[in-house]
Amino acid sequence: MTCDDAEILLHALVDGELDAGHTSEVEAHVATCPRCTAELTAIRQMHDAIARADLKFSAPPLLRRRIEAALPQPQKAAPSRRFVLKGFAMGSAVSALAATGLVAIVLSNDDQQRIEAEIVSAHLRSLQAGHLTDVISTDQHTVKPWFNGKLDVSPPVIDLTAQGFTLIGGRLDYVDARAIGAVVYKRRQHVINLFVAQTADTGQHAAKTDTIQGFNIRRWGEGGMKFWAVSDIGVDELNEFGAKFEATMRANKEG
Amino acid sequence: MPLKTSNDDPEQARRFRELALPYLDDVYTLARYLLRDPADADDAVQECYLRAFKHFDTYRGPAIKPWLFAILRNVCNAEFARRAHVQTKAIDDAPEAEEKPPLWHEAQETPEGAMLRERDASSIRRLVGALAEPFRETFVLREINDLSYREIAEAAGVPVGTVMSRLARARAMLRAAWMAEEEPSR
Repeated sequence: MTCDDAEILLHALVDGELDAGHTSEVEAHVATCPRCTAELTAIRQMHDAIARADLKFSAPPLLRRRIEAALPQPQKAAPSRRFVLKGFAMGSAVSALAATGLVAIVLSNDDQQRIEAEIVSAHLRSLQAGHLTDVISTDQHTVKPWFNGKLDVSPPVIDLTAQGFTLIGGRLDYVDARAIGAVVYKRRQHVINLFVAQTADTGQHAAKTDTIQGFNIRRWGEGGMKFWAVSDIGVDELNEFGAKFEATMRANKEG
Repeated sequence: MPLKTSNDDPEQARRFRELALPYLDDVYTLARYLLRDPADADDAVQECYLRAFKHFDTYRGPAIKPWLFAILRNVCNAEFARRAHVQTKAIDDAPEAEEKPPLWHEAQETPEGAMLRERDASSIRRLVGALAEPFRETFVLREINDLSYREIAEAAGVPVGTVMSRLARARAMLRAAWMAEEEPSR
């Protein structure tokens, strides 16, 4: 293999796009060629620097709402929503503005349902490769401080390993166009996302469970925070998780 | 654009939301890099999702990301055409990029083994944004949106070999700019 042949293949090597045969050919060439070795190092260096930097953009919350509102709702289509769609049908900036106002009205009707649907979406997103955790740690004293300054709430991070739910990390997520904390647990091979958001309501709300798209959700409220635990584990196990979390949280507060 | 489509089936709408909405940030990211204007990116992404939903029955899988990106490209191309027509200063500098004197000296030999200076995200974004098309698009699809070569080929409608040569050139240009430029000027 010549340097010319190798040049483009070096990139494919770094990108993990070469089959085994070509990989060994390129590697054999690189081993004997200082120029290609330097080139390979250079490509890797930049590739790594790019990977370390967060170069993605996040879609603005308003855009997300606009798109969600323009799509037909997954549940039964209410007449009011068709009205919203007509607003968009005009397609002008003015009608988009007007429609945004309408959306707020429509949404208030089934806020709870919509938020739970978003929670499930956030859960699904988290299961895609590389999205599960921003901070990886089984130590609650590492995960909890990580949230500092990122949220308007300090999510309780409770180690439930002894109770059979392993803490694996934390993540920032977006639900209802707001940053929300997610504490991530594992039960066997199943992931449990515990979403925590601030609420003005400081009362205690007993847990309710729902099933959306095959995922179980257990929601409850306590001490000015709302909690949603989502997982594909069974309702019984999810309730067990929630109960243990609540009990430990209360014990921590009293102790 | 009235959303009167064959997709009035609520099951279809549910499936679309579940499949496509998780990639909103990815689609938005590509739009930002392609259009280099936040407001235009907003409009393009919304149009992309509406078109995608309208044509959801033509989606055959397996990965939805390249399919969404291909739609976004079409939306962006329409926007480029509009910009050219309006005769504002051409933001899509693809055609003139060849003629203009390069901002950096690409041929310049960088010392072997020279370390790349660590740059922050905004500085790198700016360098990537300064790449000429189609190299910018290929680079963003690979390095930021994490597509495989085959998926990039699918999204951009070019052979895999073209993807490979564009990517190699994009990286060479970016590296040269990275090394050449001292401190971020903005």
